[in-house]
Amino acid sequence: MEATFSILIGLFFAVSVYLVMSRQIVRILLGIGILGNAVNLLIFTSGRLTREVPPVIPPEAVTPLEATANPLPQALILTAIVISFSFFAFLLVLAFRAYQELGTDDANEMRVAEPVGDAAPPQGY
Amino acid sequence: MPLFGPEATLFAVLAPFVAAIFAPAVTRHLKHNAAWVLAIVPAVVFLHFAGLAGLVAQGAVFAPSTDWAPSYGLTLSFYIDGLSSLFALLISGIGTFIVLYSGGYLKGHPHQGRFFSFIFMFMGSMLGLVTADNLITLFVFWELTSITSFLLIGFDHLRMASRRAALQALVVTGGGGLALLAGFLLIMGLTGEANMSAVLASGDLLRESGAYPVVFLLVLGGAFTKSAQFPFHFWLPNAMEAPTPVSAYLHSATMVKAGVYLLMRVQPVLGDTELWTFVLPLFGGTTLIVGTLLAVRQTDLKLMLAYTTVASLGLLVMLTGTSIDKAIEGAALYLFAHSLFKGALFMVAGTIDHEAGTRDITRLGGLRKAMPITFAAACLAGLSMSGLPPFIGFIAKEYLYEGIWGEGGASALLTATAVVGNALMLVIAAAVALRPFTGVKVETPKHAHEGPILLIAGPVVLSILGLLFALTAHWTGETLIGPTVGSILGEAHALNLHLMPTHIGAPLFLSLITIALGVALYLRLDALRHAMFRLLQAIGWGPDKGFDQAIAGIVSLSTGVTRIVQGGRLQVYLVLTFAVTALALLVPPALTGSWPQVPSVPDFRFYEWTVLAIAAAGLVAVLTARTRLTAIVSLGIQGFAVALIFMLFGAPDLSFTQFMVETLSVVILALVMTRLNLAPRDHRRVVHRVFDGAIAIAIGFGFGALLMQITELPFDSKLSDFFAEYSRAIAHGRNIVNVIIVDFRGFDTLGEISVVMVTGLAVLALIRVRPRRQREDVAPATEQPVKPAIKHKEAAS
Repeated sequence: MEATFSILIGLFFAVSVYLVMSRQIVRILLGIGILGNAVNLLIFTSGRLTREVPPVIPPEAVTPLEATANPLPQALILTAIVISFSFFAFLLVLAFRAYQELGTDDANEMRVAEPVGDAAPPQGY
Repeated sequence: MPLFGPEATLFAVLAPFVAAIFAPAVTRHLKHNAAWVLAIVPAVVFLHFAGLAGLVAQGAVFAPSTDWAPSYGLTLSFYIDGLSSLFALLISGIGTFIVLYSGGYLKGHPHQGRFFSFIFMFMGSMLGLVTADNLITLFVFWELTSITSFLLIGFDHLRMASRRAALQALVVTGGGGLALLAGFLLIMGLTGEANMSAVLASGDLLRESGAYPVVFLLVLGGAFTKSAQFPFHFWLPNAMEAPTPVSAYLHSATMVKAGVYLLMRVQPVLGDTELWTFVLPLFGGTTLIVGTLLAVRQTDLKLMLAYTTVASLGLLVMLTGTSIDKAIEGAALYLFAHSLFKGALFMVAGTIDHEAGTRDITRLGGLRKAMPITFAAACLAGLSMSGLPPFIGFIAKEYLYEGIWGEGGASALLTATAVVGNALMLVIAAAVALRPFTGVKVETPKHAHEGPILLIAGPVVLSILGLLFALTAHWTGETLIGPTVGSILGEAHALNLHLMPTHIGAPLFLSLITIALGVALYLRLDALRHAMFRLLQAIGWGPDKGFDQAIAGIVSLSTGVTRIVQGGRLQVYLVLTFAVTALALLVPPALTGSWPQVPSVPDFRFYEWTVLAIAAAGLVAVLTARTRLTAIVSLGIQGFAVALIFMLFGAPDLSFTQFMVETLSVVILALVMTRLNLAPRDHRRVVHRVFDGAIAIAIGFGFGALLMQITELPFDSKLSDFFAEYSRAIAHGRNIVNVIIVDFRGFDTLGEISVVMVTGLAVLALIRVRPRRQREDVAPATEQPVKPAIKHKEAAS
């Protein structure tokens, strides 16, 4: 079961990395969105898979009565989802504003910080 | 008494730092007269060390210590013996007069307070350097003197020459400091001791170790750069860009002697080997001759003095390098004498510059009537520097000649070097002390008159001391120089000092030769200067020029490397990053051959296969989408598929959050991106696409294989079991995931919320900044979904 998931997660990684390496901002953003899912699934699977039983203790018990899904990766992923979403939202707005200011969606043409043919630093003291 | 007890040494070393804090405020209120108040600090420190010196002279050694960082074995421990107490007395004693002198010299300067502050910081660092026992503490103070020297040389930071000189001094001495640190670490490793006092007690251990040459070279690297030995001498004359009090204090009397101090300090454990007695006299002697010859070439009073300082340091290194008792006596005496006369002469040069407006000897003359007191001080100090009786300089010269004469080996060469060097030193002493004052009156840029008391106190007292210490030679030898020599030799040493030679022997004749040669050369000074000038022009290149070339080379190199490594193309950065990641994932298993086993077909249920297929289809659709909207919707498909996976495998909380987040992502993405006129297609070239595709596949394969391998290993459920067991019992919650988030790992969640909040603020700020080119304002559309989204998810978790 985990092995099949591994293959699917490999696909997630491959697609997201391929998208992130493009020049267009939109595709980079799509890639980052998928990268978050890839990592979350990676964490989820490495904690092993259990079908359908959520880690919830029944009202009358002190500990779970049967084997449940692993709660630890779930807690980690819950945090990760929220953080990756806020990161995604920030990148989105940043990309949008960059497009407004620079008039291009090509990452290679966004060179305000590192302009082409930047002058060499001065050779004095 | 606390002021004089050794336990007060810590406060004595820290006092200048405290004074550095208050100096600007005091100066703001009292103007230049603040010098009188501030000079009390070094004066009290002087009294403290004078009290200790009396006991040290009777054979006592103090090692007060305070814990600093005990877990790392670092202590603020001090070691006061003859050598350190002599240095501490020079630093605090001369420092007192330097503070006074600075008051007069920088009178009315807008940053006089800052200057005092720097001087005090230096004073504290230098005191720490010479009294530190722990090697690391010593190193820290060593570097602090480099840094304060940098600040002081670059005090007049608006001039490029100052900035260059400051940087040069820092690079040279700081670089040497690193070598010294390495040397100290080696010493600590070899001896197993962290304190200088313990290292000094280790006998022949270091000398007999196989690493001795390395230790020797590293320590030498620190000492030679700090004490401006050839070929590192060039920074010292350039440091004359600093205000004259700095030149008098740091670059003649104290800091530049730190290297000599270090060599003298380690002489008992590193000295007296073939390497030591060859390398030190060789470089010391070369520095002596080069320094004096370069001094002859100068017409600027300060530069002449600076080059003779280089020469004197060379002489000291040469003498220390002989490891001969008598020569060491000469070295200790000369070190003491040099601090007094060179400090005085520098202050004289500064006073002339301050009052007459120039310090070029070709434009000075006949000042004796206008500045009689300065003239007198210059003469006294100059006589001491020339090595004439009855001054301390004379005694030093007698002893050093006695030390190196007739010892066999290279003794004749050393003696000849010392004679020529001293003769040239006499030439410069005479030129500095006589040229500006005697002869016909020359018109100077400013109308010259005697300096105020703040300016003449220092040179007068120091030059008279040079006479007094010589007249009371026996006492000087017993209380000051004898214990110092004892420390350098590493054994108690009784020194019976005489002003007048007890017998007529070689030293006296050598002195006579020196004086005759010096007088003869002085009479031909101008011709000598021109000859040196032509010689240097013929050589053309020097280490000073080399420094510029080296710095320019480093700048060009770093520019070139930066151009290659950071070309400014995001795509290149990403491709490189992922290529390296792929290598990191694939190379280790390829080398060890530890690939995961080929998985068998698992027993998924039909609907599980369906969900997996939907996720894969969504991914492929994102890649191949022909329009932006298709791509965005496909992104949503794979996201919802992930949410379903969570649902099917026992994670309803995750599933719920994932649905929420994916929905919002798609909505926002669609809102923003469909409003922009973006190119729909991937405009990478085919070659690039293939290359990127290969990297992407390698990464996908790498992560897949990694995960497969991880899941093949037995699972350690210790942590998860803990949470399952205690979630209800301790935290009273039934949903274990929620309990982990809000209770067991509550601080993580707090951090997470902070991140989300900061992101929200950043998004808000980005939107609020007015666009340069007014486009349609879609800002509110993006802003609104972001904020409720945060709240929703917090509720979900």
